[in-house]
Amino acid sequence: MGCTYKYKEVILNRLLLSGNEAIALGAFEAGVMVGTGYPGTPSTEILENLTTYPGLYTEWSVNEKVAFEVGIGSAISGARTLVTMKHVGLNVAADPLFTSSYVGVKAGLVIVNADDPEMHSSQNEQDNRNYAYAAKVPMLEPSDSQEAKEYTKKAFEISESYDTPVILRTTTRVSHSKSIVIPQALQARNKAAIGFERNLEKYVMIPAFARLRHIEVEKRMQRLKEDVNRFDINRIEINDTKLGIITAGICYTYVKEVFPKASVLKLGIVNPLPADLIREFCTKVDSVYVVEELDPYFEIRIKAMGIQIEGKKYIPITGELNPDIIRKSLRIAGYKSKKTLKEGLKTSLKLPPRPPLLCPGCPHRAVFTVFKKLGLTVTGDIGCYTLGVLPPFNAMDTCIEMGGGIGVAQGIEIAQGEKRHGKTVAVIGDSTFAHSGITGLLNAAYNKRSSLIVVLDNGTTAMTGMQPNPLSGERINGEETIKLDYKKLAHAVGIGEDNVRIVDAYKPEDIEEAIDSLLKSKALSLLVVKGLCVILKRRRKRA
Amino acid sequence: MNSVLNILMVGVGGQGIMMASDILALALMYSGYDVKKSEIHGMSQRGGSVFSHIRYGEKVYSPVISEGEADILFSTEEMETVRWLNYAGSESCIISTKTKINPAEVKEYPQGVEDELKKKCKNLVLVDHEALSREIGNIKFLNVALLGLLSTHIDVPVDSWEKAIEERVPAGSYEANWKAFITGKEYKTEES
Repeated sequence: MGCTYKYKEVILNRLLLSGNEAIALGAFEAGVMVGTGYPGTPSTEILENLTTYPGLYTEWSVNEKVAFEVGIGSAISGARTLVTMKHVGLNVAADPLFTSSYVGVKAGLVIVNADDPEMHSSQNEQDNRNYAYAAKVPMLEPSDSQEAKEYTKKAFEISESYDTPVILRTTTRVSHSKSIVIPQALQARNKAAIGFERNLEKYVMIPAFARLRHIEVEKRMQRLKEDVNRFDINRIEINDTKLGIITAGICYTYVKEVFPKASVLKLGIVNPLPADLIREFCTKVDSVYVVEELDPYFEIRIKAMGIQIEGKKYIPITGELNPDIIRKSLRIAGYKSKKTLKEGLKTSLKLPPRPPLLCPGCPHRAVFTVFKKLGLTVTGDIGCYTLGVLPPFNAMDTCIEMGGGIGVAQGIEIAQGEKRHGKTVAVIGDSTFAHSGITGLLNAAYNKRSSLIVVLDNGTTAMTGMQPNPLSGERINGEETIKLDYKKLAHAVGIGEDNVRIVDAYKPEDIEEAIDSLLKSKALSLLVVKGLCVILKRRRKRA
Repeated sequence: MNSVLNILMVGVGGQGIMMASDILALALMYSGYDVKKSEIHGMSQRGGSVFSHIRYGEKVYSPVISEGEADILFSTEEMETVRWLNYAGSESCIISTKTKINPAEVKEYPQGVEDELKKKCKNLVLVDHEALSREIGNIKFLNVALLGLLSTHIDVPVDSWEKAIEERVPAGSYEANWKAFITGKEYKTEES
């Protein structure tokens, strides 16, 4: 995507920004000094934009876990830090998340978590509000770009006032929709003094110290539970009191569209919930509905307070919501939207679908043709190349999560024993291999597996829009850096000279010969299929 | 009463829908409207259908247009126009090029697309994209030329367009894009 505006033009202009661009601006205005993350739709553009601001450090980390850990280190050393990832990325970073909640911060630590209801570009639509509750950290949720910027700054303040990491949750519609943002001047760069100070009881989580910190975490959340009732990011809008709606994030904008006359409690904070404010709202209106995407997160907590409300009885639990869905759902509950809608034009013409596909000229195409021809079981991974599952290739059998294919292949081989030997390959992209594929390779080597791992190296993280990675020799800012050496890596885990091969992606005969001979060798093998991403190639030609 | 106007822009990956919708949204902002724009990045870039919702007025809440509510459906591919017809109502203005692009694995373009449009759409502006491309001299700027055509249907001052195009097009291509915009603005369509 790249940056669509320049920081110099920011001051005193009205800007049209995506939620992601607005978060980067908010972080800049908050005086952020460090930004880390791993690309993932719909979160990627945050860090790409942050990189264009002056006077701060950014990096694409190898994965979300490392990004989070770097963030912990810089935050406890006094630098305001932003860490970005998509929802499933927080699974990878869940380990540091839970304990960073105990450790706290020195300067603000804000994690941007981008959920993807409807799975526009994801393998599941988990609701990460549950993480905030489980890890006992505050979570804020904006509904448009202006709020995305403001809440980012508010998140830094909360982080420092309550000594806790804070999660800013977006959803795809907020991340990728553009709306008007009023920029402000940069705040003083740093409130906390830079410098790591030794504090064993706070930073070294051995059980004896962690027990004490857990008590602090509970005290902090108790204090927040009181204070959130007075946070101005939660707002009661009293209109007609017959219908009251509790909502947050993008759903707030849909509710205002469908029921402009209803009374609304708009929650800016997802965890902890402002219980007093919720009670107050519920006493002012006749009946209350919760409008939220995915899980009944607010609903079960408000019901647990003994308040009678409804939500998922009418509102779908799967997929994205939109004004139409909310209108239809609440009509069943007995509330008709005043607005008369125009009827959409209907057509009976049958149109062929236009699904996303591997680009014409994509270097990954040939390898999937070979997989298909050889009739292999292919354990896939996360990236453009997952599209190898679709026609004309139909050459993928599993896809679970980042780096997952390598481990899954081993399990398939173990369960099926000798008779299926040499029929399974794990296929993974270069960025995904660096992210979490290498551990799977090490596991295979350690446990004497004989898998064939095929890395599709197109020189970039293509799926998310061309981010450099540890196999492309470039950092986030274009600076030159190391390029992991496949052969040395293979050698280091004990793969023999003959079992690591690097072939040209555009030579199907070479690919086929390599796969065939590596499978026959019955030894752990690494095949790298190399060919620059066509989109990147085109871009470089133009530049 | 807060009245919001809705423009749905659709096409195929690579046709410049994202840039065109960015320019439109910026031009609307520079004209003093509140504006929201929504699209989905990621998978859809790889040759799939591309769409962008634009809503503007005094105060806009939802960035998403409801079915039947698009005041203007703007399309750069004929089949996509039909695919998104349910977002247009009987009174909506439909601006569509006659461009035909087969989906990657489809050999034969479906029959009767243009007839269907003529049958269903009362306010249809069909654009001969080849003729318009010849006039502007470069198909690369067709998306901006079509914005010129769109500009005759909405209330946006010319200086807002200038500013928006200058901000959004690649450096050094402003003059050519502006020329394309003006050509599109003055283009006489079959129906008009």
